[in-house]
Amino acid sequence: MWRFVSYRLLQAIPVILVVITATFFLVRMAPGGPFDGEKAVMPEVKAALEAQYRLDLPVSQQYLSYLGDLARGDFGPSFKYPGRSVNELIAAGLPVTAELGLYALLVALVIGGLAGVIASLKPNTAQDYLPMSAAMIGICMPSFLLGPMLLLVFGIYLDWLPVSGWGDTPGDKILPAITLGSSYAAYIARLSRAGMLEVMSQDYIRTARAKGLPEWQVVTRHALRGGMIPVVAFLGPAFAGLLSGSFVVETIFQIPGLGRFYVQAAFNRDYTMILGTTVFLSTLIVLFNLLSDILAAWMNPRLRAQFGDN
Amino acid sequence: MITQKLKLPGLHTLLSLLVLVLLTGCTGGESNITIGNREGIFHYGNGSEPQGLDPHVVTGVPENNILRALFEGLAVKNPYTLESEPGVAQSWDISDDGKVITFHINPKARWSNGDAMTAHDYVWSWQRALHPAMGNAYAYMLYPITGAEAFATGEVTDFSKVGVKALDELTLQVTLNAATPYFIQLMDHYSTFAVHRPTIEKFGKATDRFTKWTRAANMVSNGAFKLSEWKLNRRITVTKSDTYWDRDKMKLNGIVFHPIENQVSEERMFRVGQLHRTGGIPLEKIPVYQAMKNTPLLMAPYLGTYYYLFNIDKPPVDDVRVRKALAMTVDRDKLINTVLQKTNVPAYSITPPGTLGYQPPKVFSYDVEAARELLAQAGYPNGENWPGMELLYNTSEGHRKIAVALQQMWKEALNIDITLSNQEWKVYLDTMSQMEFQIARRGWIGDYVDPNNFLDMFLTGGGNNNTGFGEPLYDEMIQQLAPNAKSRKERYRIFYAAETMLMEQMPILPIYTYTSKCLIHPSVKGMPSNLMDAFNYKYVWLDENWQDEGEN
Repeated sequence: MWRFVSYRLLQAIPVILVVITATFFLVRMAPGGPFDGEKAVMPEVKAALEAQYRLDLPVSQQYLSYLGDLARGDFGPSFKYPGRSVNELIAAGLPVTAELGLYALLVALVIGGLAGVIASLKPNTAQDYLPMSAAMIGICMPSFLLGPMLLLVFGIYLDWLPVSGWGDTPGDKILPAITLGSSYAAYIARLSRAGMLEVMSQDYIRTARAKGLPEWQVVTRHALRGGMIPVVAFLGPAFAGLLSGSFVVETIFQIPGLGRFYVQAAFNRDYTMILGTTVFLSTLIVLFNLLSDILAAWMNPRLRAQFGDN
Repeated sequence: MITQKLKLPGLHTLLSLLVLVLLTGCTGGESNITIGNREGIFHYGNGSEPQGLDPHVVTGVPENNILRALFEGLAVKNPYTLESEPGVAQSWDISDDGKVITFHINPKARWSNGDAMTAHDYVWSWQRALHPAMGNAYAYMLYPITGAEAFATGEVTDFSKVGVKALDELTLQVTLNAATPYFIQLMDHYSTFAVHRPTIEKFGKATDRFTKWTRAANMVSNGAFKLSEWKLNRRITVTKSDTYWDRDKMKLNGIVFHPIENQVSEERMFRVGQLHRTGGIPLEKIPVYQAMKNTPLLMAPYLGTYYYLFNIDKPPVDDVRVRKALAMTVDRDKLINTVLQKTNVPAYSITPPGTLGYQPPKVFSYDVEAARELLAQAGYPNGENWPGMELLYNTSEGHRKIAVALQQMWKEALNIDITLSNQEWKVYLDTMSQMEFQIARRGWIGDYVDPNNFLDMFLTGGGNNNTGFGEPLYDEMIQQLAPNAKSRKERYRIFYAAETMLMEQMPILPIYTYTSKCLIHPSVKGMPSNLMDAFNYKYVWLDENWQDEGEN
């Protein structure tokens, strides 16, 4: 197992280097610069700003000095928010986005897992079609539609939950988590249904039933662990997707997360912020993929055996 | 087949938990407005997260709204009249030729740490604001001062050559290149605010943009409020300053600025009582609010013009007759009544009407017949031989709707085809600066209430000209004749002649004059609408008994 982990970690280094290099040069190739605005900036002001951000140096030199800073863990100062470093902006937004992602994942797991298991127990009946149709609607429903609908019903008409904010009132995390989690719930429902269907036809399940175990015990004790393997494999990329894809939900609910910085940085041509968030999120994606592979291996004895150390 | 019914023991528990969470999550309690009205805390929807709070670094409306609370200029604007009134300076004298202004600083003016404000603060701060290394985009606000531009461009390095002198602790003398009637107004622009030297030097070099002096724990300012909390992307809270010279007149105890970029979310927050005032309102919500009795919708003329630019070096708009034909076939009233939900005012000039008493010329009107004749003279009778043209705008649903409407109007009136092209904001700015367009969208919001702020854009080679227009006589009128005019009347006459010349050449196609639009709670008083959408928090107060009065 250790060999597997260290091999995968080594593999990640060139991937991240490619991401850094591609992003570094692509943002500089995009038309328009960080200091362009509706009111033209005077040439002397632009020159001073470029000097402060080292944009007056040749691109190759900028690239090398960026790599040097990065090696020290320094993402540099933000172009859009002078006085704030990219490290600081990520540190401010990440805990919020991670918390939101975690709740969304919980929502997705509970609703999706439950729906998938229920559907798998009586395939091709109403008990299957109903949750699976709901899952299909969940996949198709974009968060920019679901979010405002939930807000309208629970925030404005019923006045049960706050319409914005994060951590200001106890209930303000519920609607964002449901909105962000719903489409993932739908995926998880389909994955867990497929996984469960496969497991439920295995011999050991028949044995369990033959031993006279009640059906719910057969499901929870024997089938669930095997049936959820596809879901676990999906969790890593899903969490990374939740971290980098929460922009819409953060905007709708006024959540001070990383997603807003990530998207706005591109519009603002905030070079250091684009690079910082891209490098940071791509590292996370690589790590989460690795984690979910390890988790899947741990849950699947056959895979564990393949790596030789059980 | 085993048919035993499935039992999921956790299901009921889960549902009960969900209901419990929902119940505990109920909003309940009091809204921001109720608490705010009781405690004198004003909740303001302030657009985006501010770039920063250093007056010599930032640009933008959200930054301006916060800086006006934290800092005060030498003179401030009265929100009812927009005339200048004492701020840090209790009075000022202007020499007969208008070139020397002497500010007398209020001896009671203090920094938030208790330090007295002096004329030296301004000399040092303006040196910082103008310093080439500072990269201050608004350094040009101080260019009317002798030697300021030369210092800002690095031609002169000795700041004593710049016309700013501290005659004594409380007397600041400013020498201008020419009489500049709007100079006192500029003292209310954040780029001319004084900053606290010891605080800035404590955290880094004077011209360093990246220091932490603006953090809540570090900042020293001189306005009616001081910074007490800055939570990124959540809120900025300012509280009444203990040292502000005019604090006895103030009624607010604090302001909470909420950074809300999405206007739909902002409107929702207003509806549930989380905001006293919004920064804007979604266009589609306007009819709903217009239909309300005692509507919280506030709309007022705003010092800004929405227009299209012609690149007069590119055919077919290199011909003034074509430009005029296009301008004359835009039915502005129809556009405003339909697409713009009756929210703006038709514009026929670049300077908004009523800019401190100035009325711009109207050299053309909506006239389809005359426009067809002009187009025929230009070689395109009834649209024949028309080579085609592309209209460029930055990607936005609002701009698209206007562009589509004008495309249709031109097709119907002149039988010509226009293609639409939208570009992402920064790409669009790049295309504009490269002059790679025939006709493009543009908007201009004034920084100060004076026709000069709109007309000096079209000086030959001006950074914001972007049309190719250049007339030596026009330049002379704006740069030489107007500043040396003996009276406001004479000055406006010169501006009128210059603007007439500009509109006869028509390098721009004015469409409408902006209106400011926001939602404001009836309990908010002392925040009148005005051309600059400028307010002074010192005048603002919250009426806790607003409901008892019945209506606003």
